[in-house]
Amino acid sequence: MNSEFPLWEVFIRSHGGLNHKHVGSLHAADADMALENARDVYTRRQEGVSIWVVPSEAITASDPEDSDPFFEPAKDKIYRHPTFYKVPDNVKHM
Amino acid sequence: MSHQVELEERFQARIDAEQKIEPKDWMPDAYRKTLVRQISQHAHSEIVGMLPEGNWITRAPSLRRKVALLAKVQDEAGHGLYLYAAAETLGVSRDELYDELHTGKAKYSSIFNYPTLSWADIGAVGWLVDGAAIMNQVPLCKCSFGPYARAMVRVCKEESFHQRQGFEIMMTLSHGSPAQKQMAQDALNRWWWPSLMMFGPNDDASPHSAQSMKWKIKRYSNDDLRQKFVDVMVEQAEVLELTIPDPDIKWNEERGHYDFGEINWEEFHNIIRGNGPCNKERLAARKDAWDQGLWVREAATAYAAKRKKKAS
Repeated sequence: MNSEFPLWEVFIRSHGGLNHKHVGSLHAADADMALENARDVYTRRQEGVSIWVVPSEAITASDPEDSDPFFEPAKDKIYRHPTFYKVPDNVKHM
Repeated sequence: MSHQVELEERFQARIDAEQKIEPKDWMPDAYRKTLVRQISQHAHSEIVGMLPEGNWITRAPSLRRKVALLAKVQDEAGHGLYLYAAAETLGVSRDELYDELHTGKAKYSSIFNYPTLSWADIGAVGWLVDGAAIMNQVPLCKCSFGPYARAMVRVCKEESFHQRQGFEIMMTLSHGSPAQKQMAQDALNRWWWPSLMMFGPNDDASPHSAQSMKWKIKRYSNDDLRQKFVDVMVEQAEVLELTIPDPDIKWNEERGHYDFGEINWEEFHNIIRGNGPCNKERLAARKDAWDQGLWVREAATAYAAKRKKKAS
């Protein structure tokens, strides 16, 4: 018995100017119904001003098993951070 | 095998370091199974929990009480959905979870197998049952499994209005006419002991607790949480000017806690076995709602298919 609606991931912008953030998922027959369900399930107390719904199967995620080698390239590049550079104490506004 | 041991050790080290486990991370089968059981039982409890309260929506004594109760029951539906979604990240389908509820294979909280006989019971349910639920749920916000912890943060945020609306109903009744006060007292008498049972068996009769604590799914023992609940509720009952139906309640200076009487575990196990006052009624109502909604689900699917065809 597989009567399930497709699964959707829900992203909400909580206030104007902020980015959309993942809040959870839900089942719905299509995108429009997913939006309405997301409104009813995730914004009952005005938690958002904008909603995205994305089919879960459309998301490609990095593999946690490989996360060490995957993120390794950035590990030894401390020169990408401002604190890497020495500036005399009396220099202001930098 | 040694690879397995190594994986398990690394897993436990992450838990000990308070790192969250996410759905795609490696986890022991028993951890996954424990969580699927616990989260789905929790979800079922939210869904079945709508029934005893839904019973009073049409008979709420005022419009103010009615919109509040309606909002609360809607919240319970939402909580069930957050929790089902969290359980599904572990690889079970919604259909499987519903099927387990509808066939009686899965359990839900024993408390919802008691009837709500008067309007005052709605007050007692909000005050006591939601109060006990909050006591149980707040530590779950720090549970080691990310999706469960995040769902619980949302649930706890919403749940606090539930308890306050229940307390307000109790306060209004207990400070009303003598008949109203008696109604509130009767409701407290009926719901007190079942609320204490919500924390589960005593620690020495709760065999899975130690493992759940080690995995940081559980943070406090059943008896610790129950004691915390009693300590809080004794003082709130005084504000309500109602009497808790337990002659053994007494402040224990040495322990710094209230002592309380022995719970009737026979009653608890009887309800778990399916013989409570409303077990059959609750399950039948839930199944009816699901079956009678079939045409809606079919219509939604047909409509979505038709629109997709038109667009292509």
